[in-house]
Amino acid sequence: MYRYDEFDSDFVRQRVAEFRDQVARRLSGELTEDQFKPLRLMNGVYLQLHAYMLRIAIPYGVLSARQLRKLAHIARVYDRGYGHFTTRQNLQFNWVELARIPDLLGELADVEMHAIQTSGNCIRNVTADHFAGAAADEAVDPRPYAEILRQWSSLHPEFSFLPRKFKIAVTGAERDRAAIQVHDIGLQARRDADGAIGFAVYVGGGQGRTPMIAKKIRDFLPESDLLAYCTAILRVYNLEGRRDNKYKARIKILVHEMGEADLIREVEREFEGLRGTPLALPAAEVARIARYFAPPDLAELPPHSVVLDSRSAGDPDLSRFVRRNLTAHRAPGYTALTISLKAIGEAPGDASADQMDAVADLAERYAFGEIRVSHEQNLILPHVRLDDVPALHAGLQAAGLATPNAGLVTDIIACPGLDYCALANARSIPVAQRIAERFADPVRQDAIGDLKIKISGCINACGHHHVGHIGLLGVDRKGEEFYQITLGGSADETATIGEIVGPGFPADRVVDAIEAIVDVYLRLRHDASEDFLAAYRRIGAEPFKSALYAEV
Amino acid sequence: MAVYDFHAGAFRDDDWIFPDDDASLPAGKAAVSKARFVAREEGALGLVLTAGDTLDGLGNALARVELVALRFPRYADGRPYSLARRLRERHGYTGELRAVGDVLRDQVDFLARAGFDTLDIVHPGTIEALRAGTLVRVTRHYQPGARSERPAGYSWRRVSF
Ligand code: SF4
Repeated sequence: MYRYDEFDSDFVRQRVAEFRDQVARRLSGELTEDQFKPLRLMNGVYLQLHAYMLRIAIPYGVLSARQLRKLAHIARVYDRGYGHFTTRQNLQFNWVELARIPDLLGELADVEMHAIQTSGNCIRNVTADHFAGAAADEAVDPRPYAEILRQWSSLHPEFSFLPRKFKIAVTGAERDRAAIQVHDIGLQARRDADGAIGFAVYVGGGQGRTPMIAKKIRDFLPESDLLAYCTAILRVYNLEGRRDNKYKARIKILVHEMGEADLIREVEREFEGLRGTPLALPAAEVARIARYFAPPDLAELPPHSVVLDSRSAGDPDLSRFVRRNLTAHRAPGYTALTISLKAIGEAPGDASADQMDAVADLAERYAFGEIRVSHEQNLILPHVRLDDVPALHAGLQAAGLATPNAGLVTDIIACPGLDYCALANARSIPVAQRIAERFADPVRQDAIGDLKIKISGCINACGHHHVGHIGLLGVDRKGEEFYQITLGGSADETATIGEIVGPGFPADRVVDAIEAIVDVYLRLRHDASEDFLAAYRRIGAEPFKSALYAEV
Repeated sequence: MAVYDFHAGAFRDDDWIFPDDDASLPAGKAAVSKARFVAREEGALGLVLTAGDTLDGLGNALARVELVALRFPRYADGRPYSLARRLRERHGYTGELRAVGDVLRDQVDFLARAGFDTLDIVHPGTIEALRAGTLVRVTRHYQPGARSERPAGYSWRRVSF
């Protein structure tokens, strides 16, 4: 993974010093909360319902065991013993004290981490495929490009006061696990016929109040043009994006209002002027960054593990875990292993300090010390020997982290919602917990198969409900919490915005509604090989509507 | 009136005049709005652009301009940064670029790196910090700026000061 050099660590230390100065000015009263707000937001500090919240960047979801241990330490010393992994591959601490945040950031800097640009109207933490460098279907490792973009976008002098936040996601596989088509810029790294690397460039996707699927504006942008082209897009957006209404300020609205053809013309014109400037990426520099992401020392192994096969034959828990939580690895005999943070009855994405330590230990012992955070709010050990899976599974069981539900109905994405978030209309976490409890039976979950439920507590859509196979959106109806259901959304290479199925349901009926939807699917699917999304695309919304609203 | 000059790292006196649109053009160095400027008023060698103005229609007139003042209506309106870059890169403008309006100390370095030469600011805390030289700064940068800075390792990195 990427390691800071002297330059990077100087940068982060200087930034901590700057923020320490800002906090001191706030605490002394020189700055009012209003004046302080934009400054703290540039460092990931929010004022939430009950306390300040700090959001820490985990660039493109890559963490080392050492870093995770530090996060566990911070959870213990500065918070209430746990942290919350978000859908943007970040980590949030919900109970930090403002006066201590500079020290906390200093501790983060010790392990090459920061909270820069995790909020504010700037380029946010760049996200990437959480199986990068491991997935069997990967054409190009997206991490070097995500790292270059992270660096380039850090305290960018031109793009720190955009009309609105700006999110970039990068993948390097045809199968899109980074949801690039619902980002402001989505990049798919690929190779042309000669093996040269370039990017399919998507612009103007997004969720929130007006969900939109991105438009592809370049099929193959040469690697060396990456920064110049992104600069061109950002400059056009910075100048032309709307600033009169924050709900219309994202680039997706600009693309929509300007039209795809005009936007492309503007971007290309800007790009022409940026060609041949110092923004051109020399191949040698890309190679230097890529070297940090060289694969670990993987052994030559047979594709199947006799140990694992025989152990899981006699252990239903292990066998279920293997079936659900392992993903094909590019190297024979290895797997990418998902650690679900969706234990039944727990808050999705939460991990205790002890659990973080346990994962760090296991990663060091069995997985080259490397951990990933997925936008599905789970952790991943990207390089694990199949032979080691039984021992690892036992270790995870001991830490309460062996839930075998990756991709199943109980692997629910949920935003913090009304339990923490000042913007929420409704609670997300308790609904996720109740749905998970209803479907807790593992046999039933298996029978239902792949199903992504995503819950947002308000229209900001941090829980990605628009792209859930089943999406739940918290709405406020005369002071009561209601949930609007969408069906058929998807965030992968076939990205689709879910359709609203009808009037919302009150909190005490929403779990029944989900169950009714699942029952319709089970009744009407061809067979178990037709998953929920495929069945929905075939049969449409009608059968679900009549089941949900029949008795009314 | 005094402006902060990035090149000198100090405040200096300034004699530019910024007449209102309905006032007559004074003697001396005057900077006027785009509307007035495009009407090619005699003598105006300075141009004031507000966030939201475009650079369309300025044509060759920029060649005789000595000052472009870019106005920040609110610190959070980042358009002038991009206008500054376009003025330099697309229009080849080489005269003085000045930031005017709602600027906080935390933006000073962004302005310098976006190619501004001078700063005409009203925020007392910022003026004080600039005078006293107590700004806490980040001197490592991950992107080439508009000013000449020391390259540092990778092609996109720079060190200032
Ligand atoms: S979706 Fe709304 S409620 Fe949920 S975290 Fe985002 S802003 Fe808060």
